[in-house]
Amino acid sequence: MTYTRREFLRAAGAATVAGGLPAVAFSADKEIKLGSVLDNSGNLDIYGKPMVIATRLAVDEINEAGGLLGRKIKLIQYDTQSDIALYTKFAQQLAREDKVDVVHGGITSASREAIRQTFKRSNTLYFYNVLYEGGVCDRNTVVTGTTPAQAVEPIVERAMKKWGNKVYVLAADYNYGQITAKWISYYVDQRKGTVAKTDFFPLDVADFGSTIAKIQQEKPNWVVSALVGGAHMSFYRQWAASGMNKKIPLASTTFGVGNEHLALSAAEGDGILIAGNYSQESTLPANKQFLAAWQKRFGDTKIVHEIAVSQYQGIKLWAECVRKAGSVDREAVLKAIESGASIEGPAGTVAIDAKTHHASLDINVMEVKNQKLAILETVKQRAPSDTARYCDLQKNPNENKQYEVDI
Amino acid sequence: MDYAGVVCLEILYMIAFLALTSAGLAIVFGMMRVINLAHGEFVMLGGYTTIACYNNGINIYFAMLVVAPVVVGLVGLIVERTIIRFLYGRMIDTMLATWGLSLLLIGLVTLIFGNTAVSVPAPVSGYQLGEYQMGGYNLFIILITVALTLVMWAVLRFTRAGLIARGAMQGPDVVSSLGYDPRKIYMYTFTAGAALSGLAGGVLAPLTGLLPSSGGAYIAKAFITVITGGAAVVSGTLSSAVVFGTVNQLVSFAAHPVIGELAMLALAIILLRLMPKGITGRFFRDGT
Repeated sequence: MTYTRREFLRAAGAATVAGGLPAVAFSADKEIKLGSVLDNSGNLDIYGKPMVIATRLAVDEINEAGGLLGRKIKLIQYDTQSDIALYTKFAQQLAREDKVDVVHGGITSASREAIRQTFKRSNTLYFYNVLYEGGVCDRNTVVTGTTPAQAVEPIVERAMKKWGNKVYVLAADYNYGQITAKWISYYVDQRKGTVAKTDFFPLDVADFGSTIAKIQQEKPNWVVSALVGGAHMSFYRQWAASGMNKKIPLASTTFGVGNEHLALSAAEGDGILIAGNYSQESTLPANKQFLAAWQKRFGDTKIVHEIAVSQYQGIKLWAECVRKAGSVDREAVLKAIESGASIEGPAGTVAIDAKTHHASLDINVMEVKNQKLAILETVKQRAPSDTARYCDLQKNPNENKQYEVDI
Repeated sequence: MDYAGVVCLEILYMIAFLALTSAGLAIVFGMMRVINLAHGEFVMLGGYTTIACYNNGINIYFAMLVVAPVVVGLVGLIVERTIIRFLYGRMIDTMLATWGLSLLLIGLVTLIFGNTAVSVPAPVSGYQLGEYQMGGYNLFIILITVALTLVMWAVLRFTRAGLIARGAMQGPDVVSSLGYDPRKIYMYTFTAGAALSGLAGGVLAPLTGLLPSSGGAYIAKAFITVITGGAAVVSGTLSSAVVFGTVNQLVSFAAHPVIGELAMLALAIILLRLMPKGITGRFFRDGT
């Protein structure tokens, strides 16, 4: 059977009219649109998958509680497949075609910088909810993840008190590792300690034999790792295999964020000192509710990690600001943000710092114990003071850059 | 003095690592001129087999020394029967086919095990060398490599099967005129090469941890070792592993692991420029 184009169009048109549009309880133009771009597959999916689930969970919860301003939130999610090119593409789609009211997304710093300007130009409010190296200063961007001032300083403080003044630093060889290593040595110097040596490793290095021998030559009181990714996990294994984990204590700025403690055996991971915004072991009521809700909807909570929780908190914080503003209009929401909004999330209080558009967060100093992150102490409401050194959006609302540290 | 001992042991470990990860490739390439770009994935499969066995309560040594080579050997057999056997004598085509195969294996492993790093704890504890803590498991790998090299050499040198295999390597037409079927010999050889790769992956799993994409980390070094070693399987692999392992670790200790890798690559270029047929093409010509 052949169709002419005209017949086809006529038939299609008739079908549409006959079928009618699906009846909805609320009209489409009243929906609030929340966009998200995250790596749900590929190399970074260990980080992205739980974030995608957390996004859905947050939106569902808001909708079930009656929506925002009496309107439903429609979630528009794109999988960027661990491919930077797709970030640019989907960011433009969210801004131009979908015309979303807010975007929560981006995982690596590279991905954030690839999309931040797109949203700045299109006046789409943008939330970046991941721990990172600090320094972003842009009125259109809100960051709810931790910065080095929040998560690195407590590690240095505790480790120096507990173990001594001489430290050996291992870090990943790209902007995160380089900048974090600078902050580590800054905090160590402040406390009159010494950095014996700093070694940088590209992301694909997996043999640390010579490094482990060199560390023993230097005889530091403790070692700190800002290593990143699958290949670098070998360091922790080789460290344990040589029995060093019984000799020199180890701290890390990255360990645990991607649930690394589940990839090592208990014997290999026990005793590593870390600091971060979130631990599944937290006894806060909000955390218990969050994990129960996750369990009910998506099953296994084992994959929940800090940046999934950050994403959840970012969305809840934005919702709070929308309620305060009584509107989803960008300018109104920004005003609400700058008046100092805060929420109680699974990881404690998240309070926006009006000057930097970063968040003050509760930081847990933790130790890996039997493949869990046991909380040793909680430092309440640490400010993003590293970014605050350079950035004051109330004075200079038109700033738009990421500051490099000059320490 | 202790430090010199540490450096020596690390050099031995690196030599063992290179010889172990290259052995399977050396056999397949040396015997049949098949460029197996899925070699790294065979190693990775051996690692995953070991981890899967360990997680199901099987003794770790049995898993890495028996189950991993058997499983990967079977995979090699299937691959040889379904893909490789149609491509003998077409080097470029084997490259393309096995590259496709490597992508397929990565995809399959990702589907089954997921894309997260997995590992098993090393079954040997560390030991003290003067004032240095050393990885005991590295010693185990060195011993395994020594044993494996001796076995390979003995099989090729003193058994009938080894004699036929070497014959097939030098002139398939001569072997077939004596009544042996070279295609069968190739099938066994490819399976043996795959099994060796599986063994390497199983033994190394506790030290390196695994991702579905881990194969990529092995393949480059293995190829450099095999090509620089030349056509002779045992002496070639061993001699280039010794050269590269020593240089890599000496530079790593003197400077940095990354510079060590660079030194190794630079040396490979120089060696291939001086000896296009590899080290054994230049010095040892007895064919094992």
